[in-house]
Amino acid sequence: MTTVTITSIPFIRFFRREGIGILWLIGLIFGIVLPILTVLLWAFAIKWRYPSVLPTEWGLDFWMETLSRADIRRALPNSIALSVLVTVLSAVICLPASFAFARLQFRGKQGLLLSFLFTNAFPRFGLYIAIAVIFFRFKLVGTFAGVVVIQLLNTLLLMIWIPTAAFQGVDRALEEAGLDVGASPLQVFIQITLPMVFPALFAALLLTFVNTFYETYGALLIGAPNVLTIPVIMFPLINNQPIPQFGAILSLVLFAPSVVLLLFANRLLRGGYLTAGFGV
Amino acid sequence: MSTLSLHQIRKQFGDVVAVHEMNLHVNHGEFLCILGPSGCGKSTALRMIAGFEEPTAGDIRIDDRSIGMLPPNKRPTAMVFQKYTLWPHMRVYENIAFGLRLHGFSRKDIDEKVKGALELVGLPAYGKRFPSQLSGGEQQRIALARALVLQPKILLLDEPFSNLDALLRVRLREELRRIQRQVNITAIFVTHDQEEALSLADRIAVMNKGRIEQLDHPSRIYEQPQTLFVADFIGVMNLLPAHQDGGEIIIGSYRMPVPSGNEYSGDVTLAVRPEDLAIVPSGSDAAWNGQVEHVIDLGHYRKVLVRTEHMGVLKVYLPKAVDVREATTLALQPTRYTIFRDHQTPIEVHAGSVPQLSLQGMA
Repeated sequence: MTTVTITSIPFIRFFRREGIGILWLIGLIFGIVLPILTVLLWAFAIKWRYPSVLPTEWGLDFWMETLSRADIRRALPNSIALSVLVTVLSAVICLPASFAFARLQFRGKQGLLLSFLFTNAFPRFGLYIAIAVIFFRFKLVGTFAGVVVIQLLNTLLLMIWIPTAAFQGVDRALEEAGLDVGASPLQVFIQITLPMVFPALFAALLLTFVNTFYETYGALLIGAPNVLTIPVIMFPLINNQPIPQFGAILSLVLFAPSVVLLLFANRLLRGGYLTAGFGV
Repeated sequence: MSTLSLHQIRKQFGDVVAVHEMNLHVNHGEFLCILGPSGCGKSTALRMIAGFEEPTAGDIRIDDRSIGMLPPNKRPTAMVFQKYTLWPHMRVYENIAFGLRLHGFSRKDIDEKVKGALELVGLPAYGKRFPSQLSGGEQQRIALARALVLQPKILLLDEPFSNLDALLRVRLREELRRIQRQVNITAIFVTHDQEEALSLADRIAVMNKGRIEQLDHPSRIYEQPQTLFVADFIGVMNLLPAHQDGGEIIIGSYRMPVPSGNEYSGDVTLAVRPEDLAIVPSGSDAAWNGQVEHVIDLGHYRKVLVRTEHMGVLKVYLPKAVDVREATTLALQPTRYTIFRDHQTPIEVHAGSVPQLSLQGMA
């Protein structure tokens, strides 16, 4: 008689060895791949009824319908204009500040740097309500300017911290070598410092754009009902409409900039530029 | 013809004085090493010449024209740094061409000069590479090419080889010397490595605590140190505390005469090189007796540590032929030594013909 131990069964052995990996894989499939796949399918489905596994009728009809809705036609330019404006303003405010953080010694520097974490340290919604009260007094609620300001607040942490790290990562000796061969401080900044931090700056700008494009609560509290962005529109569309296609299509629209970001990030990481910018 | 002179240069960071009133004159085509331990102010001195640090006081002149007021990008100096400082986003060619473009050279001239510079440092085919594709030694050669291509009046080198391994360091050192002679440029080389300084320099300025202790030719720095610091810092030296009583040095139970005219009373320090200690017949009155504590075989010679009664452990270099082992009793006598007294010119003493014992038969 031969005794059969549990570990001698190949499948069990495999599972004991790879168990955690398999659990992760299952989690990833159910948590990320399947929902995204469902959204993707819904966006291009015309008819999809139980018990069909796949849509029975495909087409772009709902894309036409979604993108021609009056509220979305108003919100999409709003969203894009808002994201561009916030990104540009944030760059104008934060990049010189981050250069100063990286290069100058001044009293309270560490404290100031850490203070940018505060906006992220409190529950967002409570913070927004408090801000909304102040904005109300300044008549900023319901205005485009109000939404811009609240979004700017969100971008500070990212746009200060990433470029500060990047500027700190540039070895001063590299800049001195530039001065040494005859470049003026401005030439050194433009031709040596900036190209070296560019990947990190670009990543920060792209993240700012994407975050602003996505942001919902601030836009909802301060902007609605006069200034509507795509994510704000999505809420009632998903909650009140029996048609899942609207939500699916809008999700894909919101997805687009982050896909661009991911593709770019991938290229940056492969090229080693990102880490180079951080002086690693 | 380019000469450099520093007049009463001083640099102070807050309360700390990095460089005390420093005077230095470097001749045209000369290779001068500034040698000293870390923190002695040598790099600060070099950075003041390059313009990266502003002197607190004093004047820096190149060809007798003051450059103290010029920013680094306007100075006729070029620097090779300790760290690798090639710009990582530019190819080697662009790294070298960068300065030329700023100076408004034509494309044809730039091409010619870059190729010439690459040729000079022995890396003619490296133009298209990125710095990350080069080894440390190659990067420093390109950095040298980048510095030389602008035909600066003074070449400054701040420990350029200290990040390289020992063998490569020796090779690059020789190559640097060849290139420096070939282009006939005045060069200032900062290092903490005395071997590097002794083998490279026309003259060495030994610095300590922000001051030049001795400025001299390499052989004189070794043979005739003018201060206790230089005596201790350069090469290996036995430093023996002693007492001088008029015309006699008293060290332990030994008494040695001092050349006449050097009478003095007070504490002194005797400096004896390990190679200046000779073995004499035991029983001789003037001999320093001791017991071999440790023998280190260094290839063509031996370093022997001898424990003595009054002078602690002496370092002695002996040829391979001398058969010494641990616990061997030795009688030693200095053939040459220097007497250092507080704030006075050191006295060099040649002991003359000390009777040498035939080495066989020593037990």
